Amino acid sequence: MAAPKTTDQTLGASLRERGVSRRGFMKFCAATASMMALPPSMVPAIAAALEQAKRPSVIWLSFQECTGCTESLTRSHAPSVEDLILDLISLDYHHTLQAAAGDAAERAREQAMHDHAGEYLVIVDGSIPGPRANPGFSTVAGHSNYDMLMETVEHAAAVIAVGSCATFGGLPAAKPNPTGAMSVMDLVKHKPVINVSGCPPIPMVITGVIVHYLTFGRLPELDEYHRPMAFFGQSIHDRCSRRPFYDRGLFAKTFDDEGARLGWCLYELGCKGPTSYNACATMRWNDGTSWPVEAGHPCLGCSEPRFWDAGGFYNAVSVPTSPSGAAVLAAGAVGAIAGGAVAVSAKKETKAALTHRQPVTVEELEAKL
Amino acid sequence: MSELTLAQDRTTPQRDATPSELTLERGLAAFRAEVDGPVAAFFSSCVHCGICAQACPFYLETGDPKYTPILKLEPLRRVWENDFTLWGKIKGKLGLQQQVTDEMLTEWEELLYDSCSMCGRCSMVCPVGNDLALMIRKSREGMVQAGHAPEGLIAASVRAIKTGSPMGLQWKTLQVQIEHVQTSSGLRVPVDQEGVEYLVLLSSMEIINFPEYLEAITKIFDHAGVTWTLSTQCFEATNAGIQIGNKDIAAQLVERVVAAAQTLKVPKVISPECGHAFTAIRWEGPNLIGRPYPFRVFHIIEVLDELRASGRIKTEGMETDRLSMHDPCNLARKSGVIDQQRNLMNLVAENFVELKEHGKFQWCCGAGGGVSSNERAEPLKMAAFKRKKAQIEEVNPERMVTMCATCRTQLEEGLEEFNMEIPVVGLTEMIAEHLVEKN
Amino acid sequence: MSGSMEFLLWTKGPMFNIAITIFAIGLLVRIAEIVMLGRKKNFAEARAGEWLPGLRTMLTRTVADPGTFQRAPFNVVVGWIWHIGFLIVLLLFLPHIALIESLTGLSWPALPNPIISLVTAVTLVALLATLVHRMTHPVKRRISTVEDYIVWAVVFAVVLTGWLAYYRLVHPYPLILGMHILAAEIMLILLPFTKLTHIFTAFIARWYNGAAFGRKGVQS
Repeated sequence: MAAPKTTDQTLGASLRERGVSRRGFMKFCAATASMMALPPSMVPAIAAALEQAKRPSVIWLSFQECTGCTESLTRSHAPSVEDLILDLISLDYHHTLQAAAGDAAERAREQAMHDHAGEYLVIVDGSIPGPRANPGFSTVAGHSNYDMLMETVEHAAAVIAVGSCATFGGLPAAKPNPTGAMSVMDLVKHKPVINVSGCPPIPMVITGVIVHYLTFGRLPELDEYHRPMAFFGQSIHDRCSRRPFYDRGLFAKTFDDEGARLGWCLYELGCKGPTSYNACATMRWNDGTSWPVEAGHPCLGCSEPRFWDAGGFYNAVSVPTSPSGAAVLAAGAVGAIAGGAVAVSAKKETKAALTHRQPVTVEELEAKL
Repeated sequence: MSELTLAQDRTTPQRDATPSELTLERGLAAFRAEVDGPVAAFFSSCVHCGICAQACPFYLETGDPKYTPILKLEPLRRVWENDFTLWGKIKGKLGLQQQVTDEMLTEWEELLYDSCSMCGRCSMVCPVGNDLALMIRKSREGMVQAGHAPEGLIAASVRAIKTGSPMGLQWKTLQVQIEHVQTSSGLRVPVDQEGVEYLVLLSSMEIINFPEYLEAITKIFDHAGVTWTLSTQCFEATNAGIQIGNKDIAAQLVERVVAAAQTLKVPKVISPECGHAFTAIRWEGPNLIGRPYPFRVFHIIEVLDELRASGRIKTEGMETDRLSMHDPCNLARKSGVIDQQRNLMNLVAENFVELKEHGKFQWCCGAGGGVSSNERAEPLKMAAFKRKKAQIEEVNPERMVTMCATCRTQLEEGLEEFNMEIPVVGLTEMIAEHLVEKN
Repeated sequence: MSGSMEFLLWTKGPMFNIAITIFAIGLLVRIAEIVMLGRKKNFAEARAGEWLPGLRTMLTRTVADPGTFQRAPFNVVVGWIWHIGFLIVLLLFLPHIALIESLTGLSWPALPNPIISLVTAVTLVALLATLVHRMTHPVKRRISTVEDYIVWAVVFAVVLTGWLAYYRLVHPYPLILGMHILAAEIMLILLPFTKLTHIFTAFIARWYNGAAFGRKGVQS
């Protein structure tokens, strides 16, 4: 895909050109509908919409990241990454996946921005050293991440931040955040930003968001963190297979005890499922094979802001992030001294008052009669 | 100790050219002097649950919420909060303190005196353990110094200091009683006898209203072979200083007892059938004078029960009518004399029925704590009695027995007020009536 | 960014430390104020010791005497219900035990969650009843101060937000969990400066009461 493709062609035409049968197309539409929790009655509407949709140009920017998000995406099964890249979108720029390199790669990005100004989508993974940080912390082709992001989103239709680094700053932004890392939504204020958080995010969610955009021609309904409600509307806890054990108060105490083997709740082992919003429990990973909590490990809450700084991974949700018994004792000691001082001074005053106390005399009493 | 300091101050009173007077400032200083660890713990703990009101006959029988015990303590609470807490001091800096004013104390005089007999029932039921009666006692110290004590109690205190008796009773009146007792019993009433076992104190109210008490103990002690004496130096056991709530007056009255006991070199002093006299001399006295006594103090009921237990009292015959008993607050709840009067009752009464709530949970007659010396509190005193009346009606006795002259007077007046023909007798007299005649 | 998760982390992090520090300083101030004032030496001959009756009263005052129970059954029963309910939920709900363990290293078995949720509901009803009682009973209305209503509101808020969080009735969940933790922290902060101090000082008060009466031969 070195040469930029025309995106004037409709998706339906593109699919027919590639020999995809009507039956195969409808199957894909049905899978997409079910993924987005849409009723089966919506399938024909999705099919009609996709048939007429034009493949958008997509520019994928990678900043301070570990490529885990891309790795996750390439392991997507339905729709597969081939489907995504070849059928649904025109991926015009992606460091890892594109064949072009060096100046040619950058030209591809500029070309796409020029040809599809106002229409292209920008997908970002990785956090960005903010405008006040040293621009040299992370550069691509001599451009600082910040400059490249701001330049690229300038004429974009929308921005999709993929992974917890792009959505919330992620690991780079964890304390003490040496690179001044910021999230896409911290920096991009004038374009719609859709966050697909997770470390990594569920691949089907990335494709699902794009399909939604193509199908309905608008951004999906988002939560307070700009995450699509269709995937982030419910907590891990609410859809967890171990939830009935929580409700019954049955908790695994260690990773290898009887409770853990029987599938009891991992709350005490630090599961962040109650406070985490993601679709792991319903969509699962590796083509629906399993997901962390089912595999016996507590949820880390990786799709939530500041999850690296939210206290120990193996501390229960109710445990303070930096509990310190010693600090409490020290505070108590300060209190004891302060209280003692007040009491001693009050007692001293009282004693002084007592030594000068005027006894009540009969005369004084008689004066009152 | 502070009490010692007090005692020293009394010997060298400072006198300005102008006569000194009781002022708010002196009152506040006195309130402050009463704040100690327990007071701080009590006020820190109050949750305004209102349970104390359910223990107060003055609230229960009037239904007026201003008589809620904890509310009566508001002046002391404010002094504590303002001067003894960090929070209060911070409030002071912010100008948010609630001050105790003369107007407030005027309003609270009725609450701290007229509507409280310091019966201590609220102290027994407070869920957080507040000893409210103790704090009422402490509050009165401040009230006296601020010049907000009721006239009736001031007059009684002045009379007690000046004449030796809150009722102005003189030895010569008692002398007449003594002669009467000697004539009717044929026994000698010992006076000013050194080295005997007991110094017997009396209360003026007994001498006037219930002269049979003196005759009863004369007979019982003769029967049991107890050596005892009265003292011309001091015969009065009651302490108006405790009731009005002033240490200076109270300490002077206690010192008189101590002096008399020391003069006669007695090892034991007997407090009469009077409630507050016993708590005054037994529990407050040594602290008022700032030193332990060289003698021990007993209530007459304690002495009689000891004589009974050691077989020195032999009785014959039983009272056959239905008798019930009123425990004086000061004796039962506030001094732990509960079983003794029951032992004695069982000795001479075969139809003794307990009031439902008795012993440490008994109900006050309404007259204690200086209420009966405070004329203007008469309507409240009678209102509070209705609680006792209801208790008595519940068991419907033919006679009531008690062992406190104030309670007895209140019971008699109250029962008469409500046209209930139930005579009230003193326990000591009843025991005396059943003594086996000596051969 | 100031979303619900940041709010939750703020309540679990800096705010928790602030609250627990103010609580520890304030409470020790109060206890030191009491203990340092002490009592004067008592010269009157004692009938019995002070310690045993004092310790007994610390326990026995938890239960009302039969007479008081008959005269104020509503006050007594509702008070018991919500105090016991609050303590059960506070001390026997697993997340609370995990919190206590993180601070003190001490832990104990939890009650099953359905029991906790039932107890919480009962506690909420009882707390509402205490408010109605406070506003309608002549004595309580007369002696109540603004503080009483503030403290009631804070305690009720703690239980209510906990209940809402347990049933996940407010979205997003971190918001309601954060509100619950914040309410508890406000309660901790207010504790040393309001009647909530009785949680600790009531036992000191009861000891003094039991000791004073016990010394005179009466178990109070």
